[in-house]
Parts: sequence; structure tokens; C-alpha cells
Amino acid sequence: MRNISYIDKPNRTLMVYALVYLAFLYIPVLFLPLFSFNDSIYISFPLAGLTTKWYGQLFANEPMFASLWNSVKVGIVTSIFSTLLGLFAAKAVTRYRMPGKAPVVFVIMLPLVIPYIIMGVALLILVNRMGIPLSLFTVTMGHILVCVPFAMATMIPRFEGFDKSMEEAAADLGENAWWTFWRVTLPIVFPGVLASLLLCFTISFDEFIMAFFLAGTEPTLPIFIYSQLRFPQKLPGVLALGALILVVSFIVVFISQWLRRRGSDDFTSSEV
Amino acid sequence: MSDVTVTSDAALETRKSWSRRLRARFLRSEGLRGYVLLSPTLIVMGITMCIPFGIMVAMSFWSQSGFEVDTAFTLKNYQEAIDRPLYEALLIRSVMISGTCTLATVLISYPMAYYVAFHVHKRKLLWIILMTLPFWTSYLLRVFSWKIILGYNGVINSGLKSLGLIDEPLTFLLYSPTAIVITLAHAWAAFAILPIYVSLEKIDRSLLEAAADLGEGPVGRFLRVTLPLSLPGVIAAMLMIFIPTVGDYVTPALVGGPDGLMLANIIEVQFGRVNDWPMGAALSIMMMIAIGLITVIYVWMTRMITRRIA
Repeated sequence: MRNISYIDKPNRTLMVYALVYLAFLYIPVLFLPLFSFNDSIYISFPLAGLTTKWYGQLFANEPMFASLWNSVKVGIVTSIFSTLLGLFAAKAVTRYRMPGKAPVVFVIMLPLVIPYIIMGVALLILVNRMGIPLSLFTVTMGHILVCVPFAMATMIPRFEGFDKSMEEAAADLGENAWWTFWRVTLPIVFPGVLASLLLCFTISFDEFIMAFFLAGTEPTLPIFIYSQLRFPQKLPGVLALGALILVVSFIVVFISQWLRRRGSDDFTSSEV
Repeated sequence: MSDVTVTSDAALETRKSWSRRLRARFLRSEGLRGYVLLSPTLIVMGITMCIPFGIMVAMSFWSQSGFEVDTAFTLKNYQEAIDRPLYEALLIRSVMISGTCTLATVLISYPMAYYVAFHVHKRKLLWIILMTLPFWTSYLLRVFSWKIILGYNGVINSGLKSLGLIDEPLTFLLYSPTAIVITLAHAWAAFAILPIYVSLEKIDRSLLEAAADLGEGPVGRFLRVTLPLSLPGVIAAMLMIFIPTVGDYVTPALVGGPDGLMLANIIEVQFGRVNDWPMGAALSIMMMIAIGLITVIYVWMTRMITRRIA
């Protein structure tokens, strides 16, 4: 039990502030589901009446499902490739003494500090000069670029957190490099791999700016949504879609965060 | 297998020893093994980042003539970027808007992170998830939700009207730089909260006890212990918000209106409607240089300040 000293005694002002802040975070987002049940194409108070017809229309919307499927495909491929590349890089960076490691890590982390629009147009210029047609493939390329640093950053702490001697012990007991990785390293870093897969999928699924430049005739979901925002009569459909995305992502993220943090909390919370 | 046995023993021996030596050398050199493991990642980064940037730099010295790109070297794009006041104004506006947004986001998020780090003892995990949950939903939709709120017939206007407080909708809400700042502050809040929270959480509580024992009041404790120790988080948060928001064109396009156009919108237009890619490349590089300079100056200044405090 920690004793609550005078330093962190309850502070009512801060608590009220925190609640106001949470309201600031959540209320705008919650207007989406609210107006998705509004029986009018105009988004304004008072509500015209409750309806679920926008959801009905949504399920009959072929282009929406096509773009959703495109996003899922891009997201899955992106998350697998980025996580693999991040896994290799994280192992190399944490396990080997390499000359010139700092600049190499800097280059891999660079996409974190470059605006997406610049990486998007740079890739667009490349594929254009090389005569590669824009497609979901080019979108995936862009998404892998932005996801690799996140993947690596997610997994490095996992590699740093476990003792190298466990790998060495496996090697001494006769496992070759591949089996050592498969039976010792991977199980230990697996939570990091899962977190990375989820993070990369989410980033890719949501990414709009690069996809906007790199997508050809097949739109991803954010591009589809963006194209709908210009037409007032399409807005209720977007709201319904947004509400659904909101609910699904809230549930998925809440569960995964809960599991992940609860798993790691056993080790880290004791020091807090 | 049979092929190998056919070759003479001597040749086999040399080949074996040669490959063994190579293998031994490979296993002994940590750096080499590390780079072999890193190579797929580096190759992918090279193809998707380094080469495209090289070509973009080259293209910024080319020019557009009709539908073709003329690859003769020219400084025309940079000349135009400097000569036309529009680009400079847009660059300054982009930096001002995202600078304001960065400051605003960090200022409003600091107390929140402070509260969770120091005053939440039970269910800390729940608070962290609550703070970051909206960040996991669609960026476009988060931006769009502010259009719903601030719009001409939006939540605020229609709400105030039905309450009888105003007769005409307030027009200054949407389509202004202020709308962009509010929207971005909301959309990027998680990037401020998390780093600041982590750096606050790391602070050794006994330092605060010591400061209190030595007679510092709450304000002194905060200014001389908590704030300086949380600065790394604040600095990280500022960079993580400033850099991407300078290059954002979705938010200005959706809630900015004509007065809220930013440099990124003009870059997007160069690659779209205007179809002057070399100009777009030059503007992108200008933006990169501006961001790089600001980042370097900012990091240098904060280093000076933290050194003085320490």
C-alpha cells in the first residue's frame, strides 16, 4: 500500500479539470452516433426524429464495402510486413554491436518526423517516374514506410526487457539460430509483436494523406469517406459509418489495451 | 549429394575450409550479422524513402512544360517560391497555426497528464485508456465532428438558436484559423498526453518530499522540481504535434475555409489540379527545410534552457 502523502493529496480543481478535458475529448466524437439516428440530412438541433434508415442504406452501399475491403487488405499486408521488418530491425539494434548504429536507427525513425504529405508526394514522384501504376500496392508501400518506425519502437523495449543469456543458453543447449529465435526469442517478444500488428493495422486503416496521393482507382475507406463529405445528402451515411467504426474500434482497442497493460502491469506497476 | 562425392577430396577440402572460414568470419563479426538482419528493413526504407527523396530533390530543379516534365536544370521553382508572396504567407501561416495548436495542446494536456500521474491512484490504467481511446478512431471523422459542431447549422449555432440566445448563426466559428487550431488540438491530444504523462510518472516522488522538507511551497516544488523533470516529455510532445500538423491539409480543407489554407493545401493542388509537379516538389522541400530549421532551433533553445535550469 502506498501512503498518500501531502504531496499527492486529492486536488478537487484538477479533478474537475480532468473531467472537463475528457468531455472535450469525447463529446465531439459522440455527436457522430447521435446524428446518425437523426431523421434529416441536415445536421442541426433540434433532432428531427429518430431513424435507423441511414444504417439500412449503408448496408446496401456497394462502393463502401469495396473500399472497406480494400482498407482491410492494405491494413493486413502493411501490418504483417511492417511488423516483420520492425522485428528484424529491433533484434539487430538491441542484440548486436554495430558500427554506425545511431545514424541507421535515425534513418529508420525518420518517417516519424516527416509530414505525411511530403512522404506521400515523394513516393508519388518515384512511382510515376518508374511508370508503376497507382494501386493498392503503392498505398501499401507508403503505409509500410510510416509503420516500420512504430513497429520497431514497439518491439525494442521487449527485446531490451529480456535477458540475452536466455538466447545464449538455448544456443548452448544445441538449438540453432532459427530454432532459438522460434522457441525462445519469439515467445518472449510475442506481446510486442501483437501490439505492433494491431498498431500498424490501425495506422494503415486510418491513414488518409498518403493514400490520397498513392491510391489509383480503388479507394481505401478514408478516401471513400472523404469523397462523401462534399455532398450534404451523403452526410448521414457517413455519420452512420463513422458511428459503426467508432463502436468497433472502441471495443477492439479497449479490450487489447486492457489485456496488454494488465499483462505488463504485473511487472511495472510495482515501481510506480 | 552424389555430385559432391564425385568431386576430388582435395577440392572438397578447400571448398569446405573456405566456406567454413567465411562462416566463422561472419559469425564472429557482430556488426556484419547485425547489418544482415537489418538489411531487409534498410532496403525497404531506401526504396520507399531515400530514393523518392532524391528524385523529389532532383525534380524540384526541373520544370513543367505542358503535360511533360522538362528535366533541364533550373532554379525557376525556387525563384518563384521566393518571389511570390503567397507561398511565403502560406508557409508562415502554416507554422503559426500549427505552432499555436502545439502550444495549446500541450498547455491543456499538461494538467490532465499531471492529474493522472499524481492524483489518480486507483484505476490508473482505466484513465490512460480513456485518455487515448479517441485517438484510435478515424482521424477524418474526428476532424469532421468539429465541422458538425462549429458549422453554420452546426451543434453550437443550432443549439444556441433553439435556446433563443442568438437569432443569426455565428459565422466566425467555422472556416477560420481558430477552427483549425481547435480541431487539431483535439485530434492530436493523445500525442501530448502520453509523453508528458510518462515523464511525470517517472519523477521520483522522494525528490518532491525532499523539496517540501527543505521548505519549498507547492508552487516552488512544481516550478523547480516537477516542471524541469517533465520537460523531456513536453519537448517530445511539441515536436510530435508540430511536425505532422504543419503538413496537414485535411483539417484546413475541411474546417479552415479560404482564410485557413495552409502550405500543404497548395502542395496538394500542385500535384492535382494545377499539375505542376516540379513546383510541388520545390514547395515540399521548402516546407521540409522550414520544419528542419525550426526543429533545430527549438531543440537548441530547449537544451540551453534546461542547462540553465540544471
